[in-house]
Amino acid sequence: MLKVNGIDVFYGNIHALKGVSLEINEGEIVTLIGANGAGKSTLLKTLSGLLKPKSGTIEYLGSSISGKAPQSIVKSGISHVPEGRRVFANMSVEENLELGAYLRKDSKEIRKDIQSVYELFPRLEERRKQLSGTLSGGEQQMLAMGRAIMAKPKLLLLDEPSMGLAPLMVKTIFQIIEKINKDGTTILLVEQNANMALSVADRAYVIETGRVEISGTAAELQASEEIKKAYLGGL
Amino acid sequence: MEWLQQLINGISLGSIYALIALGYTMVYGIIKLINFAHGDVFMVGAFVGFYAIKGWGLGFFPALLFSMAFCAVFGVLIERIAYKRLRNATRIAALITAIGMSLLIEYGVIYARGAQPEAYPDNVLPSTSFNLFGAQISSQSLFILSVSVGLMIILQFIVHRTKIGKAMRAVSHDMDAARLMGINVDRTISYTFAIGSALAGAAGVIFGVYYTKIEPLMGIIPGLKAFVAAVLGGIGIIPGAMVGGLILGVVESVVSAMGFSLWRDAAAFIILILILIFRPSGIFGKNTREKV
Ligand SMILES: Nc1ncnc2c1ncn2[C@@H]1O[C@H](COP(=O)(O)OP(=O)(O)O)[C@@H](O)[C@H]1O
Ligand SMILES: [Mg+2]
Repeated sequence: MLKVNGIDVFYGNIHALKGVSLEINEGEIVTLIGANGAGKSTLLKTLSGLLKPKSGTIEYLGSSISGKAPQSIVKSGISHVPEGRRVFANMSVEENLELGAYLRKDSKEIRKDIQSVYELFPRLEERRKQLSGTLSGGEQQMLAMGRAIMAKPKLLLLDEPSMGLAPLMVKTIFQIIEKINKDGTTILLVEQNANMALSVADRAYVIETGRVEISGTAAELQASEEIKKAYLGGL
Repeated sequence: MEWLQQLINGISLGSIYALIALGYTMVYGIIKLINFAHGDVFMVGAFVGFYAIKGWGLGFFPALLFSMAFCAVFGVLIERIAYKRLRNATRIAALITAIGMSLLIEYGVIYARGAQPEAYPDNVLPSTSFNLFGAQISSQSLFILSVSVGLMIILQFIVHRTKIGKAMRAVSHDMDAARLMGINVDRTISYTFAIGSALAGAAGVIFGVYYTKIEPLMGIIPGLKAFVAAVLGGIGIIPGAMVGGLILGVVESVVSAMGFSLWRDAAAFIILILILIFRPSGIFGKNTREKV
């Protein structure tokens, strides 16, 4: 579905991604794990068009999307839930969801999809008129995910959804990630919480200082001594 | 009932400030630029309205709409030509460019038509005055006030109920997050300039009809005052610009009414200094604390 081939991404002269390649097949949950500053968010921003790769290619559903504008990438079915949620704090929950459907014109379907987001996240329905800046961190994460789903993505990019959340909330969020995947959306999940991420993923990539160092099935990585030491708290 | 009359005058003047202040605040809200050329768009609007009325014999509303449309295009051109490429530049670079743009427009107009003033014909609007609790109220000032209020209501509708308005709010809150929704940020910024400049154009025509005399440097002082109004209300906040403009207009009229006409212009800047000392985020601004 998505094929990233040796991309290099720079911030000025900081070389943030160095020849990164990865592949995602339809229906999978693929996780990308790595320490702070490894380049995970940079990769997602490049996939969604916020950053442009200097070299390398990104192929999505058979055509190149590298260097395309974010709006055309969203239109082609990739939604990105950014790190730190980035909800529109000055707008209500429902307005945030409507913005998620910004490129869609089927207003009847949009109403229906807002209802299905509320079914997925009942807490959001209770707070539909509330300003999203007043939501708790977990609720904001739900909103950010609901907002991304409103674009009807085929591929959902999630950047550290568990960041800063209480364990119970992390569990809820991961259950919902699995449910979204079962309903037919392919997922690329970026996490520092490697344990949790590997438990829901099919395959995984480990990124260190801008390079993909290890890749394999989630089970392989869970079993690897090296990974256990570096990312799973040495258990 | 001198006071009531002064109050109405103040509100009419304030509504002109408010219309200009809206453009300042909307542009600041979306790209964090103090567009110092905005007062000159107001001036251009006044001249376009003048030529439309005097040259083509248009009535008030057609001239108002024509001037608004002209200024909308003009504002978009300014953004595309001068500001767009500076979007990632330092603030001071953008500010200096805006000041340069302002001078270019002022002296461009002088170069094109000379520096001499013009006078709006005084029969654009019927002017009768009537008695309200002993005060002489001119129908013109009420008319101008209702046009300004009407434009502000339309603006509120656009910002809160339409798709482009929602995109504007999203971009002003978080540009990258807005991009991730599929919002075309460049186009949204252009719309913001178009709407803000159209309001300045409307203010120019209203100003011309109300105060009659227009000239190429007329935008400087109202532009600065509208900037004060925007800061007073809380820069970047739309209702703030409206309220700030009205307050400023009323304060100026009250200062004149008390017999300190010479202090009128100073009042605005004293307000600016006070607000910057005691409440820099303005009346409507909150001390924003981000929730993590
Ligand atoms: N806007 C930026 N400007 C300059 N350097 C950046 C910027 N964003 C990230 N970086 C650098 O790029 C590297 C990768 O960052 P990032 O992708 O955010 O890491 P991660 O998401 O894995 O924590 C880091 O060294 C970081 O300091
Ligand atoms: Mg990150």
